[in-house]
Amino acid sequence: MENRSLQMPDVNRDKDISPPRLSIVRSASVIRPTSDFRIRLADESFHAAMLVCGVAVIALLGLIVYELISSSGLSIHAFGFKFFVSQNWDPVNDQFGALPFVYGTLVSSLLALIIAVPLSVGTAVFLTEMCPRMLRGIISFLVELLAAIPSVIYGLWAIFILVPILRVHVEPWLGRYFGWTGLFEGAPFGIGMLAAGVILAIMIIPIIASITREVMTAVPRQQREAVLALGATRWEMIRVGVLRNARAGILGGVILGLGRALGETMAVTMVIGNRPEIAKSLFAPGYTMASVIANEFSEATGDLYLSALVEIGLALFLVTIITNAIAQLLVWSITRGTPARANAQ
Amino acid sequence: MPNKAHAVDIGDRIPAVGWFRRLKDHLATLGAVAAVIIVLAPLVAIFVYLVYKGVGSINWAFLTQTPKPVGEPGGGMANAIVGSMVILLIASAMGVPVGIGAGIYLAEYGQGKFGKVIRFTADVLNGVPSIVIGIVAYAIVVLRQKHFSALAGGVALAIMMVPTISRTTEEMLLLVPGSVREAAYGLGIARWRTTLSITLRTATSGVITGVMLAFARVAGETAPLLFTAFGNQFWNLNVNQPTAALPLQIFTYAISPFDEWHRQAWAGALILIILIVGSVAALRVVSSRGMMKGAG
Repeated sequence: MENRSLQMPDVNRDKDISPPRLSIVRSASVIRPTSDFRIRLADESFHAAMLVCGVAVIALLGLIVYELISSSGLSIHAFGFKFFVSQNWDPVNDQFGALPFVYGTLVSSLLALIIAVPLSVGTAVFLTEMCPRMLRGIISFLVELLAAIPSVIYGLWAIFILVPILRVHVEPWLGRYFGWTGLFEGAPFGIGMLAAGVILAIMIIPIIASITREVMTAVPRQQREAVLALGATRWEMIRVGVLRNARAGILGGVILGLGRALGETMAVTMVIGNRPEIAKSLFAPGYTMASVIANEFSEATGDLYLSALVEIGLALFLVTIITNAIAQLLVWSITRGTPARANAQ
Repeated sequence: MPNKAHAVDIGDRIPAVGWFRRLKDHLATLGAVAAVIIVLAPLVAIFVYLVYKGVGSINWAFLTQTPKPVGEPGGGMANAIVGSMVILLIASAMGVPVGIGAGIYLAEYGQGKFGKVIRFTADVLNGVPSIVIGIVAYAIVVLRQKHFSALAGGVALAIMMVPTISRTTEEMLLLVPGSVREAAYGLGIARWRTTLSITLRTATSGVITGVMLAFARVAGETAPLLFTAFGNQFWNLNVNQPTAALPLQIFTYAISPFDEWHRQAWAGALILIILIVGSVAALRVVSSRGMMKGAG
């Protein structure tokens, strides 16, 4: 007890000096009484225990990869590469082709990006360059609150609020004026690819917006001042001085959002219509990789059926990992040098 | 003379922002404001509808009874609320210690290459779709046990908690100034003791916030529970049996064709949001008292 009361004031006083850290820490641990075997034993075992936890993170990823590959072996052997180009999903006759799900996943995610990217970048531009300081905290808090809402609640809201709005107001209008493109054809059900794209867009906006904001903040102030000094308007300054410098990071944010959209399950399952068909019209129902697993996994009878579903999971896993890795690298390339991140490195 | 010409040149250009460029500037501002409004509209709509549709359906029976068969009015989600808590308890018991341990390793020992590998793996793990984690939990728990269980659901959610907690713990520990550690070493305190009683203690509030964020994230997860915890219409406190969970129950009721169940889905959603926001807020208040003075 006496010990503690001695330390704490020192701690607070030294706070703002912040001397170089690691080298001193290391040498200190060497200088300390190495003769005391028990202290060293305790130190080493603590180190080992923490190492086990760290290794557990890697082990978890290994476990995921192993389980996915070993459980999907049956389907991989039976169908080979044909699995991803066949449209025939027929559990009754043990025929499985995943193309409709791949198509549904890609189209709904791309649709989500088309809607979400301009809105997210606009929000980030407003927050970093135009917003009065008073509003900034509130708005960014609200945008981040969007990320905290569970997927199933988005789905519930989409079924009862978004879908009727799409059916009654948006889809008839789109059909009348843009029906000729073939993308907005057929009866407006509300439920379908368009609804899935819209709800996905709402869900990935917070991710893209917060990363865009982060990389825009990382653009040095001098860039802005230099462009303004050349006589640019505010928008020209944002376009030339900020967005152009931050584009790699913004792209990273967009890809991160894409990764999230590809793997998103519940909300999409609730509004996409769940029919394994490939249709050109966005009004038509579709199916995604994640939602076919969600709907059919617990009812799958037969080893091959289950194995085919796991193979879809494996494909989903690989695609999201690759997109996320690319996104991480892009975001790091922008934010690495900034003071805000220096602490975390 | 060249000097003068130069000055005239600049003077000419600064005020001469043409009407077209000014229009574009105004349009951009307008566009950004419109984007914010469009982004915030769903948020407002979701909360308004949650409260509007949910409040009317929450009553004592909803909080204390199990679901009634189709067609009978009344009934509630008591078993799902308790089931969710059981699953989350299992998940936290497994995921939190491992996550914090990994975070300590990264912050205190992970400066080398191996630390980098773990850090990258954690980030990758963070991006794995939750439905895929469900498949893995199914393969390692359900297939061995031969039946769905709360334990399997807990394992799935624990896997999701680990990467989030380890990364936030690491960040929080690194915020503690090195001089704090050195002061402890200077007093002859062992390294493990310093980490636990000085560094971790100083960062407690930040670490708890990270844990709560991970908790809030998995509390609303439905996809990994579909074929692990599976759901249950009756009371069940046995962790080896299929167990109801609030998000699962909301999903089942939302896609059902019955008005009475739709009403209950809204009520369940409101309860879920309250539980998530409430638990985060409560722990924040508790942990912010008297800690986190040394770092920040």
